[in-house]
Amino acid sequence: MSQAQISVGTADSSGLAGAHSGMTTADGTPLKVSLRRAQRRLRLWALLLVLPLLLFILVSFIVPVFNMALRGVEDPLVHETMPNTAAALGDWDGEGLPAEPVFAALVEDLKAGYEDKSIGKVATRLNYEINGMRSVIMGSARQAKRLDHGPYKDALIDINSAWGEPATWRMLKRQSAPYTLTYLLAALDMGYDDAGNIVLQPESQRVYGPLFVRTLVMSATVTLFCILLGYPVAYLLANLPLRTSNLLMILVLLPFWTSLLVRTTTWIVLLQSQGVLNDLLVWMHIVDDQGRIQMIFNKTGTLIAMTHILLPFMILPLYSVMKTVPPSYVRAARSLGANPLVAFWRVYVPQTVSGIGAGSLLVFILSIGYFITPALVGGQSGQMISNMIAYHMQKSLNWGLAGALGVLLLVLVLVFYAIYNKLIGIDKIKMG
Amino acid sequence: MAALPAYASTLDRIWHYGYRILCGLIFLFLIGPILVIIPLSFNAEPYFTFSREMLSLDPAGYSLRWYEEFFSSSTWLNAIKNSFLIGIASTVLATVLGTLAALGLSRPQMPFRGLIMSILISPMIVPLIISAAGMFFFYSSVNLSQTYLGVVLAHTALGIPFVVITVTATLSGFDQSLTRAAASLGASPSYSFFKVILPLVMPGVVSGALFAFITSFDEVVVVIFLSGVEQRTLPLQMWAGIREQISPTILAVATILVAMSILLLTVLELLRRRSERLRGISG
Repeated sequence: MSQAQISVGTADSSGLAGAHSGMTTADGTPLKVSLRRAQRRLRLWALLLVLPLLLFILVSFIVPVFNMALRGVEDPLVHETMPNTAAALGDWDGEGLPAEPVFAALVEDLKAGYEDKSIGKVATRLNYEINGMRSVIMGSARQAKRLDHGPYKDALIDINSAWGEPATWRMLKRQSAPYTLTYLLAALDMGYDDAGNIVLQPESQRVYGPLFVRTLVMSATVTLFCILLGYPVAYLLANLPLRTSNLLMILVLLPFWTSLLVRTTTWIVLLQSQGVLNDLLVWMHIVDDQGRIQMIFNKTGTLIAMTHILLPFMILPLYSVMKTVPPSYVRAARSLGANPLVAFWRVYVPQTVSGIGAGSLLVFILSIGYFITPALVGGQSGQMISNMIAYHMQKSLNWGLAGALGVLLLVLVLVFYAIYNKLIGIDKIKMG
Repeated sequence: MAALPAYASTLDRIWHYGYRILCGLIFLFLIGPILVIIPLSFNAEPYFTFSREMLSLDPAGYSLRWYEEFFSSSTWLNAIKNSFLIGIASTVLATVLGTLAALGLSRPQMPFRGLIMSILISPMIVPLIISAAGMFFFYSSVNLSQTYLGVVLAHTALGIPFVVITVTATLSGFDQSLTRAAASLGASPSYSFFKVILPLVMPGVVSGALFAFITSFDEVVVVIFLSGVEQRTLPLQMWAGIREQISPTILAVATILVAMSILLLTVLELLRRRSERLRGISG
């Protein structure tokens, strides 16, 4: 153990050992070898300490998130329920109608699917792709059982003319692969046309693109509000005597520590049309009783509540940076003739840019993924992308689309996380 | 920023007071909403605004009926019990695992430090709805959804970044020569851990634990997806209450929660002072 102690804290111990290459330890091993061994043991110890947590996070968190993301690109339903058709379609080149064996495989799958009632799910799934496919599949499956000999091609087209359309088959071929791009495309407001090309949806049907844009714009707005409100307060706190600023800091930290739901509730109470603020406005005769202002259950309410909730995340990093800014530079600028505004803008603010950056990135990252507050106070116009994911998870049960939207949101957040990590370092986050 | 000097011009004065008024308004924006609900929770009427009696400080305008409702409702009481149960269990797990990892991470020999750190912090960064949905699918597939264990594991994952961050931050100011001194005086590694390291990083551990607890105690998105009827927590009950029909009982609950956060804040502040005193930064 005593040899190991030598190397503690020396980052470059090999250089040290190299300079005295002739040295040996008490038991005769060269010092270099002994040191390297000790280093290896210390690395192993460090890893061993981290390992349990790393495994825990991987299993309980990373794997589920990947699993969720995978749902956005996998679509095994058709592949598994209609294995024969999927295999037969593998050789088809997508031109004209497929050959007789494919029709035979389809009939076989339809019969089997009708028997064990699994065909209904396929019908619902394919209906997302081409409207009306549900009845095509269900109708054909019902009648397929009386088709006991070929040729099946004409018989199937006879049952439903959709089987005579190459577009139907191209869609079926696309869907019978175990992986699909359809969800991701849908989440980007894109889809396949009849010829199988990827096209943008007509403008009136675009939902998710505008929603992503709204989410980004709202997050940027919240970030901007936080800078505007946070900067003066952080400046005040950083420049007051410690005793006073510690007291005022409570006013920042108490909201920070108060439950998100409590803070959202308070805004409902304050802003709703029969709420405290409107009552006050009516009492002061600023608006009359009929003209109460709709301040919540819309975008305004979401912006106000989110700014309130995220403001401490801006103030705290700003404050810790401003604490380190020496006052002498601004004084020097003033003494050289700069007026207070110029001295502030050209000398003080540049020294706090790292704080603005840290706070802004943090607020922005947190607000992109906001769910609870928009869901409770957002109404129709204040919904964000998280709410749409929740909708597809719980209401429409289109989990593939939820997964695809999740992938896009995740990529967005991770990009900003990477920027944050690069610029500031994630372990530098200040709390409390 | 100190008091205004005697030679200050009128413009200086206007600026000085104007700036302070602006800051006062921002502080009001921060703290006002939280303070408003406290008196409202004592409203005798089932409204969310101040009645005439309340404004004239008539005792008849005030009552404890919403608190009575809270404490006599088995749903609410069960929810608060669940919240504490899940919160404490996940805090213990997160604190033990997180502290061990932080000790490893702050060793100079730690390999892949940046990569491991960003993996450990990721539960704080990934949007909750994605974590919740992912956990819902995965935990359902291993029969952990709608169980206490499932919720506890999920909340542990969410609380871990806070423990790791606060404890590594405390350890970064830790003087390594203290452990060397202990070792040179004959202390075994485990003895010096419990007698030297742990007492010094304790404030960091406790504040990390408090963060982990409040994260779990306040968390609702994962609970929406993972919990069954049995595991309903306080935030979930509030969430349901706000969405369905908001009753003033919610304000009573909110007030209790605000009181709790004041308590937590006080504990943290005391810890901060103790930690500064221990490191000799002045008390």
